[in-house]
This record gives sequence, structure tokens and C-alpha cells, in this order.
Amino acid sequence: MSAEQQYIELYQETKGMLCRHSAQPLNALREQAFEDFKQLGFPTRKVERYKYTDVAEAFAPNYGLNLNRIAIPVNPYEVFKCDVPNLSTSLYFVVNDQFYDKALPSAQLPEGVIVGSLKDAADTHPELVKKYYGTLARTSKDAINALNTMLCQDGLFVYVPKNVIVERPIQIVNVLRSDVDLMVNRRVLIVLEQGASVKMLFCDHAIDDRNFLTTQVIETYVGENAHLELYELEETHVKNTRFSNMYADQQTYSTAVLDNITLHNGMTRNRTDLTLSGEYAETTLNGLVIADKEQQVDNNTLIDHKAAHCQSNQLYKYVLDDKARCAFAGRVLVREGAQQTTSQETNANLLGSKEARIYTQPMLEIYADDVKCSHGSTVGQLGEQAMFYMRQRGIPYDEARMLLKFAFAADVLQTIKLDALHDRLNYLVDKRFRGELSKCEGCKMCK
Amino acid sequence: MEEKNSFVREVAEKKYEYGFTTDVQTEIIDKGLNEDVVRLISQKKGEPEWLLEFRLKAFRYWQEQEQPDWGHLQMPDIDYQAISYYADPTKKSDKQDGPKEIDPELMKTFDKLGIPLEERLALSGTAVDAVMDSVSVKTTFREKLKEKGIIFCSISEAVKEHPELVRQYLGSVVPYRDNYFAALNSAVFSDGSFVYIPKGVRCPMELSTYFRINARGTGQFERTLIVCDDDAYVSYLEGCTAPMRDENQLHAAIVEIVVMENAEVKYSTVQNWYPGDKDGKGGVLNLVTKRGHLRGANSRLSWTQVETGSAITWKYPSCVLSGDNSQAEFYSVAVTNNYQQADTGTKMIHIGKNTKSTIISKGISAGKSQNSYRGLVKVSSKADGARNYSSCDSLLLGSQCGAHTFPYMDVHNDTAIVEHEATTSKISEEQLLYCNQRGIPTEEAVSLIVNGYAKEVINKLPMEFAVEAQKLLGVSLEGSVG
Repeated sequence: MSAEQQYIELYQETKGMLCRHSAQPLNALREQAFEDFKQLGFPTRKVERYKYTDVAEAFAPNYGLNLNRIAIPVNPYEVFKCDVPNLSTSLYFVVNDQFYDKALPSAQLPEGVIVGSLKDAADTHPELVKKYYGTLARTSKDAINALNTMLCQDGLFVYVPKNVIVERPIQIVNVLRSDVDLMVNRRVLIVLEQGASVKMLFCDHAIDDRNFLTTQVIETYVGENAHLELYELEETHVKNTRFSNMYADQQTYSTAVLDNITLHNGMTRNRTDLTLSGEYAETTLNGLVIADKEQQVDNNTLIDHKAAHCQSNQLYKYVLDDKARCAFAGRVLVREGAQQTTSQETNANLLGSKEARIYTQPMLEIYADDVKCSHGSTVGQLGEQAMFYMRQRGIPYDEARMLLKFAFAADVLQTIKLDALHDRLNYLVDKRFRGELSKCEGCKMCK
Repeated sequence: MEEKNSFVREVAEKKYEYGFTTDVQTEIIDKGLNEDVVRLISQKKGEPEWLLEFRLKAFRYWQEQEQPDWGHLQMPDIDYQAISYYADPTKKSDKQDGPKEIDPELMKTFDKLGIPLEERLALSGTAVDAVMDSVSVKTTFREKLKEKGIIFCSISEAVKEHPELVRQYLGSVVPYRDNYFAALNSAVFSDGSFVYIPKGVRCPMELSTYFRINARGTGQFERTLIVCDDDAYVSYLEGCTAPMRDENQLHAAIVEIVVMENAEVKYSTVQNWYPGDKDGKGGVLNLVTKRGHLRGANSRLSWTQVETGSAITWKYPSCVLSGDNSQAEFYSVAVTNNYQQADTGTKMIHIGKNTKSTIISKGISAGKSQNSYRGLVKVSSKADGARNYSSCDSLLLGSQCGAHTFPYMDVHNDTAIVEHEATTSKISEEQLLYCNQRGIPTEEAVSLIVNGYAKEVINKLPMEFAVEAQKLLGVSLEGSVG
């Protein structure tokens, strides 16, 4: 049976159950998504954007799905205590794909701000969800979108009304929890109205030592003058497979900072598609990957400059060791009429072992003449001179290597604007390089 | 005002000065492609059995394949059955057995193109192999080269005179299964040059091939094979033109270069096929596979190309660096104007230890053209100490053209250093103002700035070519400003 077939059959058999445990706006797109998925099938490696990831292989194993929404016994507050120190966040949990609403943070969000289950929001604010859901993540173009739209039942919904500024960062901890091998289809919808501002931190964790397969589709609307900061941090384990598609649309004068940090994982594929639809929008896209063992990370980005006077910056850094196999493909598209565009893309990679392998592919596609665009990409090792300098001063070999790697990664960490998070990540990255898993005191999560 | 108009008219007429046709009796076989045609071509050239077998294998493989569509190109449908695969302008029906003499019309054509077929006229001291349509017309300086043991002749002659060499190397760098157009070429290739430089010989003059498409409804499928043995050196030039026609003519060539130990090959191209008219009608479809294999240690290969012609260019001169310490270079200027499309670049495949490669690519797009750089740098796990530097710059003249960069890097070795950088911008207002202030009109200023921009590559060309390339750059961009 081909990898697609099991999902086609799954959908046909469980259609009723899927819909029963979800909401109408989500169900409305299901059938079309199914048709699209049948049509598309999983992309092969001949498809340019999936060149470096074998999708069918990742989806071939048999995973369980919690379609009947059986409550899984867990109290994330008990197992998860490593809240970023000194960073008082509004902390929420999403267990697998379900928003955990048993105990919500005491701090009040500003009026009108919604952080909650997507399914519930679809029931209580159907117009709002309907207006945005599925409009960026087209099912006809991408099989992962189609599969997610066809199977997802719940997820997260964040809404910030006009001119509301959420001061306190919102931290979402995605917890993977299961006693059997599990497939999770999580859906996230973030809407920032005109002049709204929010800072968010997404942390991915897996509690159980099981095989997990996650598909995640994030749709983000950043309205006029709005400001979004979104930091994604993955710290799972080698048995975790993640496909995340993130779509963002930015309006006039909006700004966005999107960071994607992979510290520990099995196989990860992050696709980020950003559209600058309004003039004078600014975007910063950063990524850091630290991979060893047999980790695979494939970051695939597209920045679509549709309007004039926009700015985009990209910086992705990879530190690879052991048999890690990673890829970076970043495409910047400047459409006709998007004059005065400034775009910069940088990708730097450190290879630390004989078997590590990196594919990198920065791309520029430009149809407007009054632009300043550049990209750069390097693959190399730690500088001999720098090593020599440190050894001379009595720093042991391993320590010196560690320090240099840390300095290399620091470029990305510096772009994080939340000071406390920045410190915390410095700490995590430092630990990661020392070969320790980022275990925090009092936290039972990262076994 | 009047003066300005006359200048414009002059330029418009001058734009493609090689667009004439030669009225020469040409033997053209019927259009269409099937096994019989492949056999017929082979028979006309009096080829041995093994070569026919090679062609047939390639043809059968080609039939199973589909035309690739991954290039950033809007390719018109090519009807492979509407092309004649063999055209021979030297054939004379009445004078079968007289001494082989070149038709004076042909001579005139090459004179017009500035290609000296008469050795006494060859002041430049360049040996030329002139190929029109499917046949090599004449190769000059053969005797002089022979003294040194150098073989420089058309590939058809080489098949007859040096079958062992051709058989050993033909298809060894670009196998017929390499890609769709390589398979097509392997099945129907007609003429091209064959160069063999023996051990320790430094070729005393530059070798050059001049390709010309003349006949209507034909394609050109030339095949060039260069073998440079241990410690040898050769500099090879290639030029090409075609008449102005409103149909697309197909040009699918293969160039194979083998570089042995301590040897060095320099390959320079000025590609000036007919680019189509200003509305994008007609023009040559230039679909070429070029590859060099650096087999020996310390071998060197350098590709320099100036691409100004062709409606569509699909070309990636590549290097396989197998020999330890081998070095490869790729210098390219690609200019597109009007509706031209180019998807060109290189592949550097590092296999040997301490191999080095450099890529310098300059793209200039104007009018409504699309210009893409596509390149691959691959470092295998055995290529310890590999080093690559790539730099791709694009210049945009006009708001309706496109400039694209698609570099691929695949690094599988932790001692390799690979660097890539690319920029895209337009000519700065300041530079233009500076020139204008000093009384240089905008059009000339653009030409000046573009030439400065391309200097890094043009400097790598042999002298005569550099002069031609500079002129071409100017002509190709005329009318694109203002």
C-alpha cells in the first residue's frame, strides 16, 4: 500500500468521526482538502521544494490517531516547570493537538484578546475563524496542507483586536504525550488586527518515548501597523518527526520577527512562506539548527515581496555533527512592481564531522529593477587561528571548540528581542553543545 | 533630433550583423527523426559499426525520455519531427570526385564573419575549424599542428583517422544517458571538432571552431571532444552565429573535455546565435551540455563564456574534479535583452583531494528578458580540503526583466570550505549622473558601466575574443535604456 493510500482510506473510514469531534468551519474545508490530497499525493524528491526530504517515507509507518478525542491523562503543569526564568509569560499548553484548558494562567489578557482552542473559537466566533481559516495554507498546492486540513480537529487560536498591545509574552508549550505511536495534526491560526502587537513563544516537547509524527499548519495574519514576534523552539527527541508549514501575510507598515530554533529532534521539516502584501512591511526570519546523531532538519523558506518598499532579512545558521543531514533552501521572490525592495539572506553552516551533510540553496528571483537584494552562503569549519589562539591561552581543545561553536550560534540568538528568553536560550544552547540534554531542575519532561 | 534618430536607426540595423543567409547548394535530408534517419546520418558519414550502435542506443534512450522542464524558461514546443537532422553545404552533385574545394560562396560567408579560412590571411595565428550546418567546411593549420603531434580536425575525420582515440573518449564525459538533449545529440550529432594534445605538448596557437547554422528548417547538433594528455596545454575558442529567421532553430551540442595529469585546458566561448527579433519571434534554442573531466592530478580547466545570443540558452558548462589538487574555473557573462531567456551556470563536482573551484557569474538583463544563474557545487565525502568560491551578480536594466539566482550546494565533507554570494541591483543613479555630468550620454554610460561590470570575466578571454565580446555587450544592450 502506498503511503498516501493509508491516509485516503483513513479519511474515508473516519470522516464522520472527524467531523463530529470538530467544528463546522474546519469541517467545511475537509472534503476539498481530501480531493486535493488524492490528486497531489505525497511530493516526491523531484518536487523542488521537497528535494531534501523523503515525505512518503516519513508518513509510511502506521501511527495511531486520537480521532475520538479520548482525554489523555496528563497534567502538564506538573511535568513542565521550566518556565523561562525571569520571563513572566502567560503560559498555555497544547497537549498533542488539544488546547489544555483545565488550568489557565491567572494573569489576565487584555480585553478582547483570545488565546484558546481553535475548535472552541470556531464554535463561539465562527465568522472570525471562517474569514481566515484555510485562506493562506492552500490545500491545492501542498500535500501537507491538504493532509492537515483533511485530518485536523483542533489546535490553537490567537486573536489580538485592533490597537491592543499584549505586553506579557504568550508562551505556548506543545506537549506530545501518548502511550502508543501517535500522529498529531495540529492547526494554529493567529490573527493580529490593525495596530495590534504580541510576542509569542512556541516550545515543542515530547514527554513520552514514543514515535511521534506531527503535522502542523500555522496561518498568521499581521494587519496594518501590527507587530508580531514569534519564536519557535523545538526540543523533542530522536523519535519525533515534524512537518510544520507556517504561512504569514503582512500588511502595510507591519513588522514581524520569526525565529525557528531546532535544538533537538528526529526529523524536522519546516516550511515558512511569508508574503509581504502591504508596502513598507518589514520582516526578519531567523533560524538556528544544532543537529547531531542522525538528526535531519530541512528548513524551506519563501519570502514573497508583493508590495514596494518592503524589507526582509534572513539569517540561518547550522551546526552539524555526527551523521546529521540538514538542508536549507530559501527563496526570495520580488514581484514586478515591488520596487525599492531590500532583501538579504544569509546561511552559514559548520560541519563538525566526516559524515555530516549539508545542502544549501539560497535563491533570488527578481522581477523588479530598483531593488537591493543579496544572499550569501558558506560551509566551513571552525577557524584554525581562533582555535590556536585559545589553545595558546590554555583553553582545552574541547572547550575551545565549544566556545567557538557557541559564538557562531550567538549571531542568531542575538536577534531575540526578549531578554529573558535570550538568556535562557544561551543557557540551553550552551548545554546542548556540552552534550547534555536541556534538562531543567524540577522538570520531568525531557527524559 | 534628426541626428539622434539616425543613430538609433543605425543601431537597429546593426543589431544582429550576422543575420544574412548564404545561397549555397545544400544537401538536406528529409525532415523527421527515426532509426532510419540515424542510420542514414551514420551512413552518409561512412561511420564504423560501433558508432552506429552508439547512436542507436542513444536514440532508443532518447525516445523513452521526456523533455526536462525544470529550467526557468518558457520553452516553445519543439516538434522534433519537423527538423531536418543533416544539412551538408559542401556537397556538390556535379563534381563528385574532383579535388575537395570550398565553394566560393562558403568562403565569402566565413570572410564576412571574419573567420580566416585562408591560412595566409590568418594573421591572428589561430587555427580554425569552420562548421556550417552539419559539416566541417575546413580546418586550417593542420599540417603545422601535426608536426607537434597535435590532432585538430573535424570529428568525422577523427572517427576515420583516429578511431581508437575517439572510441576511447567519446561519451566518457557526457554519457548518452546524461540528459534528454545529450541523448538527442548522441543519436544525431553531425560535426564538430576533435582535439588531441599529446603528452608534454604546449599547443603553439589557439584552436578555434566556428559554428554557423545556415540552412532553413535544420538543427545543429555538433559534438566537440578535446583530450589534453599529461603535461599538455591548449586554449580553445568557440564562436557561433546564425541567420535571422522567424522560426526557432534548435542547437543541441555536446562538448566533452578530458584533462589528464598536470594538463591545462582553457575553453572560451562567445555565443552569438541569433536571439530573435525585438518581439521575441524566432531565434536559436541553444540547449547545450558541456562538461570537462579533470582526471589527472594537478590538472586545470577553465570555462569562460560570453552569452549574448540565442532566444533560449540552457547551458551549464561543468567540471568533474577527480584528480587530486585539480583546479577549475568558470567565468560567465550572460546578457539577455528583449524576450531572450537564459538559464545558465555551472556544476563543480569535487571528488579529488584539495580540489579548488571558482565561479564568477555576471548576469545582465534588459527589456523583457529573463536571466537565471543555476549552479551546483558538490563536495563528496572523499574530497578533503576542497575549496569553492562562487560569486554571482545580476544587473537589471528595466522594470520588466527578471534576474534570478539558483545556487545549489551539497557539502558532504567537514574539511571543505564553500562560499557563495550573490547580489542583484540596478545601475546606480550616482554612476549614471557622474558620467552624464562629464558629457557622456546615458546610453554610452550604460555601455561603459556594463563593460566595467563584466570586466572581471572579459579579462579572462583571449585578446581577439575580448574585443569582440566588448562590442557585443554594447550592441546587445542598445536600445534597452531610456
